Amino acid sequence: MENPKLVNARGLSCPQPALMTSRVLSSVSGGTVEVLVDSATARDNVIRTAEKTGWKAATEALSDGSFQLTLTK
Amino acid sequence: MIEQTPVLSKAKDESRISAIARFFLSRWGIILTGVFVGVLAPILVKQGNPGNMGICVACFNRDIAGALGLHRAAVVQYIRPEIIGFVLGSLVAALVFREFRPRTGSSPIIRFLLGMLSMIGALVFLGCPWRALLRLSGGDWNAILGILGLAAGIGAGVFFLRKGFSLGRAHRAPHALGWIMPAMMIGLLIMLLAAPQFGRDAAGNLAGPVFFSAAGPGSQHAAIGLSLGAGLLIGFLCQRSRFCTVGAVRDLIMFRDMHLFNGILALVAVAFVTNIVLGQFNSGFGGQPLSHSDGLWNFAGMVLAGLAFTLAGGCPGRQVFLSGEGDGDAAVFVIGMLVGAGVAHNFSLASSGAGPSPYGPGAVVLGLIICVVLGLTMREKVTV
Repeated sequence: MENPKLVNARGLSCPQPALMTSRVLSSVSGGTVEVLVDSATARDNVIRTAEKTGWKAATEALSDGSFQLTLTK
Repeated sequence: MIEQTPVLSKAKDESRISAIARFFLSRWGIILTGVFVGVLAPILVKQGNPGNMGICVACFNRDIAGALGLHRAAVVQYIRPEIIGFVLGSLVAALVFREFRPRTGSSPIIRFLLGMLSMIGALVFLGCPWRALLRLSGGDWNAILGILGLAAGIGAGVFFLRKGFSLGRAHRAPHALGWIMPAMMIGLLIMLLAAPQFGRDAAGNLAGPVFFSAAGPGSQHAAIGLSLGAGLLIGFLCQRSRFCTVGAVRDLIMFRDMHLFNGILALVAVAFVTNIVLGQFNSGFGGQPLSHSDGLWNFAGMVLAGLAFTLAGGCPGRQVFLSGEGDGDAAVFVIGMLVGAGVAHNFSLASSGAGPSPYGPGAVVLGLIICVVLGLTMREKVTV
């Protein structure tokens, strides 16, 4: 099985994490996309952007303070 | 950008995010924030702040710049407690909700320059996006062209973002870095309360280090406690809800996302009602407090401000709140605004009630050229 796509948006300020994510999501029809962000604001923006287009988001906080979002559709 | 999944332990399940935090991030959370700003700003005017200027992040930073002697416009010098409250309120919210995260390194010098340019544009219009909305809700129709200009500037910023504009990644920083802005705000608060006057000019007259207006808008202010309290409350709420007047329009254009826009709609609607209740609603173009009726430069000034804010990632309020939660780059933007206010007044770029200064329009054009050059050259290859 193909590895999930990973968007590394750590350190980037809004709206770049959401923009990068939406570009990846629109390039695939479905599957799993993982997104790394390191602020709660970016986390929430990415989730909101993904959910608008029917993706489901699961969030895990990593030990370095960043977040790994698993988007599935 | 596609990379290998990093190996990091999972600290905890994020689904346990608290109900309060979840509320503030919801649509009702952002609306509630707009409601609070919409009520408090007109009350601050009623209690002494300048007309339609219950809160203006640009004007208030300009007043602080004047109070610190960075410009010599004697009518706009005061250490505005609202700004102090914004930073400290945001700091408290970030600490309570474990979001205090010192960081820096995303093109600070560019952010400084964008802060300066945004301030110059805002002072040609005479207000930041917050005041543009508050002017509209007080019946100042000159704000309409300013808001249209703001939207146009944000639209231009979205164009550059879509083309790959990026100020690069920030990285984590030691805690001390995140405490610089809050500490500076405590220093400002002490300066406000103590108003030290130990400086002397050559003739032996009092010369600072703190200057407070004896007349004009700088002399008009609500009681310190009220201003500080309102600032703290708004800072807290805005940190939680991510309230941003520029992000509102940007997300609407970019993602068709109404979330933040709900906040500014609530602000305008509630401020409109509050102004009517307080007898402060006065519609028209002429005779509006601290504004001018030159439509072209009301528009163009805010195009510059809107573009600079969008390239920097948020409205001046948002930059102040971010500086309170440890964002050193946003703090540099705010310092850029302070210096920009000094430049705007020392170089006679700021407008007055009579209209734009002879030099303001040229500065706006130059600022737009600089922003376009930055927009085209500060890029990161988008590989997704």
